[in-house]
Amino acid sequence: MYTVPQLTDFSGQALNAEKERLTDAVESEAAAVKDEAAQKLFRDRWMARKNGILTQVNDLWLKASPKEAKRDVGALVNDIKILVESTVDATALGLKPQSVTVSDRLDITLPGIRRPIGAEHPVLRTMNDVISVFRAMGYSVAEGPEVETDFYNFEALNFPPNHPARDTQDTLTIADQESKPLRERLLLRTHTSPVQIRTMEQQKPPVRIICPGKVHRRDTPDASHSPVFHQVEGLAVDTNITFSDLKGTLDHAMKALFGSAVKTRFFPSFFPFTEPSADVAISCIICGGKGCRTCKQTGWVELMGCGMVDPSVFDFVKDNGYDSTKISGFAFGMGVERLAMMKYGIDDIQLLFQGDVRFLQQESN
Amino acid sequence: MKLSAQWLREFVEIPVDDARLADDLTHAGIAVETATGSWDGPILDTVFDMDITTNRPDAMNHYGAAREASALYDLPLKPTVPKLPTAKPGTGFPIEIQEPDLCPRFTARVVRNVVIRPSPAPITKRLALLDHRGISNVVDASNYVLWEIGKPTHAFDLDLLEGGKIVIRKACAGETLKTLDGIERKLTNEDLIVADGRKPIALAGVMGGFDTMITDKTKNILIESAWFDPATVRAMSRRHGLHTDASHRFERGADFESTILSCNRVAELVLASGVGEPNGELEGDIIDIIARPLPRTSVILHLAEVRRHLGKELTYDEVCRILQRLGFTLTPATADENAELPVTIPSWRLDVTREIDLIEEIARQHGYNKFPNTLPPFSGSVTELPNAPKDARLRTSLLALGYNEAISMTFIAPEHAKTFSAADVLMVANPLSDEASAMRTSLIPGMLDMLAWNLNRGSDNVRLFESGNIFEKTATSRDEQKRICMGATGNAIPTSVHEKSRPYSFFDVKGDIEALLSAFLNSVAFDTGAAPYFHPGRSARAIIGGKQVAQFGQIHPDIAAVRKFRQDVFVAEIYLDKLYEEKLREPRYSTPSKFPAVARDFSFVFPETTAFEDIRIVVRGLPIPLLAAFDPVETFRGGNTAAGKYSLLLRAIFQSPDRTLREEELALWSTQIMQSLVNLGGALRT
Repeated sequence: MYTVPQLTDFSGQALNAEKERLTDAVESEAAAVKDEAAQKLFRDRWMARKNGILTQVNDLWLKASPKEAKRDVGALVNDIKILVESTVDATALGLKPQSVTVSDRLDITLPGIRRPIGAEHPVLRTMNDVISVFRAMGYSVAEGPEVETDFYNFEALNFPPNHPARDTQDTLTIADQESKPLRERLLLRTHTSPVQIRTMEQQKPPVRIICPGKVHRRDTPDASHSPVFHQVEGLAVDTNITFSDLKGTLDHAMKALFGSAVKTRFFPSFFPFTEPSADVAISCIICGGKGCRTCKQTGWVELMGCGMVDPSVFDFVKDNGYDSTKISGFAFGMGVERLAMMKYGIDDIQLLFQGDVRFLQQESN
Repeated sequence: MKLSAQWLREFVEIPVDDARLADDLTHAGIAVETATGSWDGPILDTVFDMDITTNRPDAMNHYGAAREASALYDLPLKPTVPKLPTAKPGTGFPIEIQEPDLCPRFTARVVRNVVIRPSPAPITKRLALLDHRGISNVVDASNYVLWEIGKPTHAFDLDLLEGGKIVIRKACAGETLKTLDGIERKLTNEDLIVADGRKPIALAGVMGGFDTMITDKTKNILIESAWFDPATVRAMSRRHGLHTDASHRFERGADFESTILSCNRVAELVLASGVGEPNGELEGDIIDIIARPLPRTSVILHLAEVRRHLGKELTYDEVCRILQRLGFTLTPATADENAELPVTIPSWRLDVTREIDLIEEIARQHGYNKFPNTLPPFSGSVTELPNAPKDARLRTSLLALGYNEAISMTFIAPEHAKTFSAADVLMVANPLSDEASAMRTSLIPGMLDMLAWNLNRGSDNVRLFESGNIFEKTATSRDEQKRICMGATGNAIPTSVHEKSRPYSFFDVKGDIEALLSAFLNSVAFDTGAAPYFHPGRSARAIIGGKQVAQFGQIHPDIAAVRKFRQDVFVAEIYLDKLYEEKLREPRYSTPSKFPAVARDFSFVFPETTAFEDIRIVVRGLPIPLLAAFDPVETFRGGNTAAGKYSLLLRAIFQSPDRTLREEELALWSTQIMQSLVNLGGALRT
């Protein structure tokens, strides 16, 4: 067992020899430490303040050294101190984890304790995605009532009374309205387009709005129809807004929503409140345009209607700065369910209105 | 609606195949939904299933679609000129138009000695392609002309017309007409009819009469082609629930100038239905009564406006070419973009009345996809809806609390609308069913339906929320309010290997409501007095600043029984109109105290009538500014505690922001608290 010798020779050579002997001793003793008790004894033997080996080295070597050798001995003793301390620390590190792993081992393959998180509804999630895309393009969100008057839902959108265009929107109407003039009669809005007029009544041009909301039509429920569904409508009015701007805006929005590889195509269509009017198809996001079940092998999916705002619509808000000879605008609208169903591979629209947690929770899995 | 490709090709030399033609027409707005080969031995023809928009009645026939093709390929459209033999002299037939506004034009001609027989094969085959079975040579001729040039016509058995004249008039109340479909229809004085001297013989523009129709016995016919007011035809078609190919066209606007052409074309086809020789002979000239001319309109087009709306420079030549091929007449002008270019509208295009309508014609024929994609500059600002941050805050919290977002139907059964609200109910006039005939006055019925749906499908642990509008009838109109409804049933936490579960309870829903409402600045108080559809002992109202912002709890056992719920069901309603009057809380931070907090527990027995809220209010009212928290820790009933009483362990926590608390002040505060608890009827547990 190592003991600290009294020194007589304080030459560099002698000091180094002594340091080597001590180093060998502390390392071989450290290697022999196997448990906590041994580590404690080892630590005390070397580091105890009272008569520990480090203390002895200090007393017998440094204090006893002649004045001219103090500098060299001091450096030596300091090295030894660092060596011993780190060696003792190392034995402690080597021991502790070992003892904890033995006693506290868990079966980490058991499932974690999960606090369930609610799932976003796929339709509202999709709607919010669409809104974000247009917000980034300078559109503000606008809202309107779900029970509308005939005026806002039809007349101000250039659906004259008794016009066949009204047939294309099978309307649910509110009872007991016969005593009122037609334009004041209440109905369940068939589209979110009334918000266009409501906004233009309140706000002078320029306008950029996006109107998300619930709409109703008298459709018997089946896998692809629901009397309640959602639309997002957009409107931009300013000086010098052109059909090319409409195309560019929707092309950009579709790429932002579905990826930059998506292409858009515009087909002439008819809506009473836009002229020229168009239907927009995008290259199928499921097959990339090769042809699949979703796009009925055509490679294209019709996604929305749009067009340049018809001057007769502006005529209803002429007094608020909408002079159709000076300004122009475009409007577009899309069904959110259709978008969500395509995006998430949902084949029955009824699933969206049942509140079935087995369906809804798939979102968070 | 179907069109035959071969038939279409009779009018223009189309340089592309049928598939390409279908695609080109679709891109020009004459949408071909599907193109199907029709086989009769070798391929007979391609049938296009069309989806023509409601504004284009002129294209709902072969000639009209061919006109679009002629513009697309810049090729001439062949004129249709019926070849008729010279007519025998005749006296004509008296026609009297009593309603010039509703029937401005009525054209007719007489053919005598017609043999009624099946149509020649080419006619029946073509009609068969369009899903029309042949009826007889005369009826088929009328149908053929409808599909060829789009003008509805009708043929009467001349010998069955009484009184020697035709009158176009309003029906008299009490008059009836048996229409071709065999149905006896009561007429009103709003119906426009074609009548003979004695009786109605046709519902104008909708359907002819049964008693004057062509039969095997017919010998002499009167062919009619008129122009009726679109709104009048539409109103009659709706009133009598009778939508016909004729009414479909009249109500969208027929071609005023094609009455003579169509009349003659029917006559030509009838004459051509003979074997080897003409079938019948024309008698007299065509009878053409114009009671009120329909003026041809003219619209001024500016090339500058074309560019302003479309964003692309189109040449004067292209604009002229497109419009002329579509039948518009242009007075030549200079190519100067500010020049006024007068354009006369063809009689078949009642949809074109304004410059913008012409611009659309140009855009669609030029090809929408040839316009560049540009983004407009914007000088406005983006604003947020006033309640958007509150909506987002509640929604995020609800999702985090484990509620799944759901959407239910907007309409409910009338009895539910009354059970869950005292409001007047807004009823749907034409509901899909009685169970869906009331606009929802509450989100709860929909929520209960969704919970039941889940329970019936083996999902026993359900948490849902719906954010949506409810509707109330007001004296003159309606009121719409946004609400949130939460529904929960089953376990509060999922069963797992690590911990035992427990059923969702009143205090779970209360905790969730507390968490949601804590987003708002003012503090919330709770009281009993929730609506009667809740369990009276397990429900509460949440009040902020005197306003009821929410109510929640277990659903009333009677309602649960009706709905056959076999486990406790909890719902909550949040009244956003009231809640959103409150401001969201903006966090204000302060440094946590560096000095130790001291807890003191008090174990008391209280009568059941003493609620924790009573105790809290009293203790909080004590002059102890350093009381940092005061909470119930444990309740206990039974055992040593007498009936009608319960024991309650309370914990007060004292802390100062700037010093260590002294023993004597702690003792004083404890005494004050204990005294107040005794004053409330509590007894210190020993």
